[in-house]
Amino acid sequence: MYPFNFNSQQSSTLPKVSSETNVTKSLCDRQLEQFISNLLKYGVLLASALVLIGGILYLIRHGTEPADYRFFQGTPSELCSLRGVVTAVLSGSSRGIIQLGLLILIATPIARVAFSFLAFLQQRDFAYILVTLCVLAALIYSLIGAYA
Amino acid sequence: MNILEFSLFVWVGSFTAGFLGSLTGLGGGVVIVPLLTSVFGVDIRYAVGASLVSVIATSAGAASTYIKQGLTNLRLGMFLEVATTLGAIVGALIATFVSVKALTLVLAIVLLYSAYLSQQTRPERPNLDSSDSLVTYLRLNSSYPTPDGLMSYQVHSVPVGFSVMLIAGVLSGLLGIGSGAFKVLAMDQAMRLPFKVSTTTSNFMIGVTAAASAGVYLARGYIDPGLSMPVMLGVLPGAFLGARVLLGAKTQVLRTIFSVVLVVMAFKMVYNSLTGGL
Repeated sequence: MYPFNFNSQQSSTLPKVSSETNVTKSLCDRQLEQFISNLLKYGVLLASALVLIGGILYLIRHGTEPADYRFFQGTPSELCSLRGVVTAVLSGSSRGIIQLGLLILIATPIARVAFSFLAFLQQRDFAYILVTLCVLAALIYSLIGAYA
Repeated sequence: MNILEFSLFVWVGSFTAGFLGSLTGLGGGVVIVPLLTSVFGVDIRYAVGASLVSVIATSAGAASTYIKQGLTNLRLGMFLEVATTLGAIVGALIATFVSVKALTLVLAIVLLYSAYLSQQTRPERPNLDSSDSLVTYLRLNSSYPTPDGLMSYQVHSVPVGFSVMLIAGVLSGLLGIGSGAFKVLAMDQAMRLPFKVSTTTSNFMIGVTAAASAGVYLARGYIDPGLSMPVMLGVLPGAFLGARVLLGAKTQVLRTIFSVVLVVMAFKMVYNSLTGGL
């Protein structure tokens, strides 16, 4: 049914076919997979923990105030930049803590691209050095461009 | 409604959206925006910001598991991210000067299309031999684990897939959704990947695509902590529960329910925007 079906009976043909079509994952690729998997997991866990802590404080302090998102005013500008968020966290603002969690969350996939770039650099895999560099440049452009 | 009640209701709604989105493979984001705007009366810009955040969270969380299982094609994902990130930046820029009415209309169309797509059974195409030099150069062909052992597959029509990914990226930046439906379209139909590979690779890319528009949203004040908090904390566990239940569930019934929800929301959004109130 499938041209290449590597089950246990056919495993003797595996090395030959894979060297022709490049289908097996190299050790480097497996290591990169492991690393990225862990990076994403701990990034999300850290971000969620901060959002949860900030959220509980926020509900305790502001839970009885009226909720109004009907009209767009924009999030206060001090919560829209990294420096502002850090200042807000240091002054104990619950919304600041949530926002810090959200910033870490946004940074997680960006860090994933950055580390992949470094891994490909180490492997001297030029096609993917270029690919990850393009993505990284676009991400950085969008972050910097937004505040310019 | 005070903040405590509001957060609680939004949490329950987001949990449900995450659960259904994960079961149907379309992602929670496509439901979060209409849920917040038409049920809770939230301005679409706040809704889009909160949805975007929840999309990054579920993508990263689920991708972590799928990568470990060896299902995700990292090289293909990273290559196609070039298209989706560029698209997302364009989309997020368009979003800042397009009217709320137009945004609503585009979202309604995407909802209807997603509903249609979730009703389609996707036939697994035979994976024919391809000798595309681009595919070989980028080493996109790979293998994935199945119950019968490791199965190899080949990637087809990279240029078509790449173009559809550009569109998916624009929609993602415009609407704060993962646009999983379009990504799966590109990878299933055009590039002829096995389901599990296309779904998990699409999921892997969504985080980066969303991060590309997050900067613009953050700077314009679309990402509000008070609203994003219950949305993110709801969608994330909902999506994980959905992924667990998926193994034993009758997905056809759920797909139908999900489609009906999408269609109703699409019409309600169009009705609201035509009558003036949102």
